[in-house]
Amino acid sequence: MIETKGLSKSYPSKKRGQPPVDAVRGIDLDVAPGEIFGFLGPNGAGKTTTLRMLATLIRPDGGEARIAGADLFADPAEVRRRIGYVAQGGGTTDAVTAREELVMQARLHGTGKAEALRRADEALQAFELTEFADRPCRTYSGGQRRRVDIALGVIHSPKVLFLDEPTVGLDPASRGHVWTEIRRLRDEGMTVVVTTHYLDEADALCDRVSIVDHGGIVAEGTPETLKREISGDVVLIGLGAGEAERAAKALREQPGLPELHRLELRDEDGLRLYLDDGAAAVPHLLRALDGAGVTTGTVQLQRPSLDDVFLARTGRSIEQS
Amino acid sequence: MKLARDTWLVFQRQLLLMWRTPIWIAVGVIQPIFYLLLFAPLLKQVLAPMGATTYAETYQIYVPGLLAVLCIFGGLYTGFSLLGELKAGIIERARVTPVSRLALLLGRALRETVALLVQAVIITIIALPFGLRVGPLNLLLAFLLMGLLALMTSAISYGIALVLPADEAMAPVVNTLAQPIALLSGVLLPLALAPMWLQSMAKWNPFYWAVEGMRALFSGHVGDSAVWQGLLVVAVMTTAAVYWSARLFSTRVR
Repeated sequence: MIETKGLSKSYPSKKRGQPPVDAVRGIDLDVAPGEIFGFLGPNGAGKTTTLRMLATLIRPDGGEARIAGADLFADPAEVRRRIGYVAQGGGTTDAVTAREELVMQARLHGTGKAEALRRADEALQAFELTEFADRPCRTYSGGQRRRVDIALGVIHSPKVLFLDEPTVGLDPASRGHVWTEIRRLRDEGMTVVVTTHYLDEADALCDRVSIVDHGGIVAEGTPETLKREISGDVVLIGLGAGEAERAAKALREQPGLPELHRLELRDEDGLRLYLDDGAAAVPHLLRALDGAGVTTGTVQLQRPSLDDVFLARTGRSIEQS
Repeated sequence: MKLARDTWLVFQRQLLLMWRTPIWIAVGVIQPIFYLLLFAPLLKQVLAPMGATTYAETYQIYVPGLLAVLCIFGGLYTGFSLLGELKAGIIERARVTPVSRLALLLGRALRETVALLVQAVIITIIALPFGLRVGPLNLLLAFLLMGLLALMTSAISYGIALVLPADEAMAPVVNTLAQPIALLSGVLLPLALAPMWLQSMAKWNPFYWAVEGMRALFSGHVGDSAVWQGLLVVAVMTTAAVYWSARLFSTRVR
């Protein structure tokens, strides 16, 4: 449904005489019809720029892209007919009602008046907005507004829907509601592309995820396969300030400990260990640290998350970048 | 056809928004009324050298200038509303649809033009009791000239809003632009009273030609060459401004 090769975009540097800044450097994608595809990455990774290029809002510097059968470079107008796009901030007018916005959006897509009214009605029902359809948008809660935004994005039944950070700033209940709507659209056959910097969102919502950093893709796959790359459990050990190096040395050199797959320093005051059967290993680890005279604080045992995948590929954590 | 339809759609929505906050029309009218009531009467003495001996003749010279000021300032300030729409993502949402880019500009600029014309009609009516008399054809032509002027300044203002790197820059830029434009078109006092160097400078200002044309129409000289010259200059400038601004609407990313 979406195929790109080497899609790239750079911006002139803000400082004079500096080379241009590469916002997106050569992204290859192959998004299948009817899947929820996610771009996961820290802020500034190039997710939004990529999405805006695919949605015809920014012209890429280079590469190729076909979206729903239309060529992004040769025929952006046709691409626009086949896609919907919902920006992070939405784009509703305070003084206008949801129904008025939906009718207008349908008409901007070239629909006649009667048909636009009918579609607006349908959308209001599908997104459970009927109750406050005729109140001005300024009176809506964050979650209601988000549902209006998405309803606006799909009023013309596009083949592909792009959502930029669809649940930023929402409370957990509204967030769940938005996820339900996105899954419903997927189940109706729409291809959905979302950007997110929430690990749990990528994990729970997306069928497939591209992890992006510094304008490039660092890993791609289903959340399950990505996490499977990180073998074993994750043990997080909190330490006193500046103790991390000494603790790491102690664990690496101590004989008779469970085998570590990987060991990462977490800033100055913690360790992140990857190893099999973490629960059984914890007492051994603590004993070893105690023997080396290292004082330990909190200990946590986790299943690997997408953040561990990001960390393994980039050496940084999404939550900390 | 599609352009006309899309323009109408955008225009309708903009009109609805204005209708829901009618305060702006009132604000737009109040200031000119103050000028009409509290400033124009001073001019009778001042304009005597130009042959204005009665209040009626004074208002024939002053009112067209006032209407031009309305277009210059009102039009150039309309870009502020676009800043809000840009920030709210409304323009971006429209740009992902197949809607005509020119319509996104024209629908908005025409809304502003209509609003300014409504204000102009109100001001003209208020000037009647002071003795202002204009023939219907002349008035129609004057409003046509004014409409083009408003379309031009609105288009320029939207263009500025799209070009500026920061919202805070809008007010100083617009003020710096509007001041000399207004002064160099002789809106307060005709430039016929000005020294030669000022007059020759004003000839480079398209708004000067517009004001001259409107004054000729209000004085009943429809055949005066200032009329067709004003219309021509303004029509050319309006086309250029709309072209420039529409291009920005389709390419500029914010």
